[in-house]
Amino acid sequence: MSEWWTYRLSDFLMFEPRTYYRLFERINGGLWPAPLLALALGVALLVLAGRGRAPRATLILLVPAWLAVAVAFHWQRYAPINFLAPWYAWASGLEGALLLAAASGRVRWLFPGAGLPPDRVGVGLLTFAVLLQPLIGPLLDRSWQGVELFGLAPDPTALATLGVVLALRARWALLVIPVLLALASGATLWAMEAPDAWVTPVVAVLGVVRCSGKRRLGD
Amino acid sequence: MRHHSFNRRSFLQAAGTAGAAALLGPDLLRAQTTPLLTRRIPSSNEELPLVGLGSWGVFNVGDDPVGRAGCTAVLKNFFAAGGRLIDSSPMYGSSQQVIGHALAELGMPARLFAADKVWISPGAKGREQIETSRRAWRVPRFDLLQVHNLLAWEEHLPALFAMKAAGQLRYVGITTSHGRRHGDIERIMRSHPLDFVQVTYNIEDREIEERILPLAADRGIAVIINRPFQRGDLLRRFAGQPLPPWAADLDCSGWPQFLLKFIVSHPAVTCAIPATSRVDHLVEDLGAARGRLPDAGLRRRMLDYVRTL
Repeated sequence: MSEWWTYRLSDFLMFEPRTYYRLFERINGGLWPAPLLALALGVALLVLAGRGRAPRATLILLVPAWLAVAVAFHWQRYAPINFLAPWYAWASGLEGALLLAAASGRVRWLFPGAGLPPDRVGVGLLTFAVLLQPLIGPLLDRSWQGVELFGLAPDPTALATLGVVLALRARWALLVIPVLLALASGATLWAMEAPDAWVTPVVAVLGVVRCSGKRRLGD
Repeated sequence: MRHHSFNRRSFLQAAGTAGAAALLGPDLLRAQTTPLLTRRIPSSNEELPLVGLGSWGVFNVGDDPVGRAGCTAVLKNFFAAGGRLIDSSPMYGSSQQVIGHALAELGMPARLFAADKVWISPGAKGREQIETSRRAWRVPRFDLLQVHNLLAWEEHLPALFAMKAAGQLRYVGITTSHGRRHGDIERIMRSHPLDFVQVTYNIEDREIEERILPLAADRGIAVIINRPFQRGDLLRRFAGQPLPPWAADLDCSGWPQFLLKFIVSHPAVTCAIPATSRVDHLVEDLGAARGRLPDAGLRRRMLDYVRTL
């Protein structure tokens, strides 16, 4: 593309905001009662990560969430309206595979094992992703049917993973894909002029700052 | 594309309007029964309404049945009001498939003027992409094919002229947007027997008035105008600002018509292609192809007024 620097971010937005938000209504309605299962999965994750007693089981719970986001959201619903969505799907699938490898306990460069109590900031981040972030849409007058849930929607899944990795002091390699996807999502919402466009990328970056500042990720 | 703050209420209103329009199409347009003003395509003398329909962004709804129903309602009302030209591109995500779905639902309206683009490099892949696009639209052939943003135009243009000579296509064109590569556009207009050129023009972006529009008139090339509202930016900027009292003399009921009438009143312009997925916006837009159009003096007055805002 010539003169690419003269384009604005909004020039690359291929769809209308209402088409984007319909994706969440469609995945929630189309996979019902999966939203209830996803919510239960998120609460279970919160309990396990908060106690810090079963770190491998905690990591395992993230795997179906990433696979659902990869297939049901990015590949099946988002890809028809966004050329980049297949790449997001592959990245999400890869994150699921990395989490599975970390949970196996055999890939120590991803997760060296438990030993320290859970990081409270990580648990707080996980709480935000599972319980609070879904409320943002309805608070902004978007529909309850389109609520963005951990395990089905990409943003809360990315932030929940960031929270778990922080809480369990797993390695930073598990953060790369969630943070990149969070930034990509923020750019999309920014182009859509969504008032909450900053939430996911800012929280993700704050999580990364916490990681690097405390050097707690498996050091 | 016109952006609006989205919420459930506005979505339901939009969907409701679309649904109502689908059921009551002629009723919704009862006051809009005047035929649309047209202009001739110089290379054939075929008449085209001054306002067509773009699809960038707004028709890219994927396989969402609600979104597709809304787009079908827009097309139904577009044809009922006398509309003809619909423009799309393989670059527009699922827009081609959504248009094809709507056309099939509507029984492939005879008045359709199907305008699409080829957008691929290397050019050797152009025929394959055109065939994929044709199947998506579900049409036997395109009326107009344009080289999108001049991508690999040296290879695509000969292929498109060959298709036209073989009766597989009626018109050939090139496109650009955002005011880019006007020098190349001008050079190709001078050196090739184009039927159409598609460029950006609106009350703020007027560079083409200097060379491209006069050249199009001189060479007998039809001109399609994209981004008439700067993808909604102009409408957002002027929202809340009053129309001048004399806008009524131009039969303008709102800013969309004011801005579109400025564009289509230029004698070298063949049609403008605002994009919308809402029936109420479509009705507003098509209103620009009815009633009185400004003459040169009034066009200057429109410019002067907008500068004061």
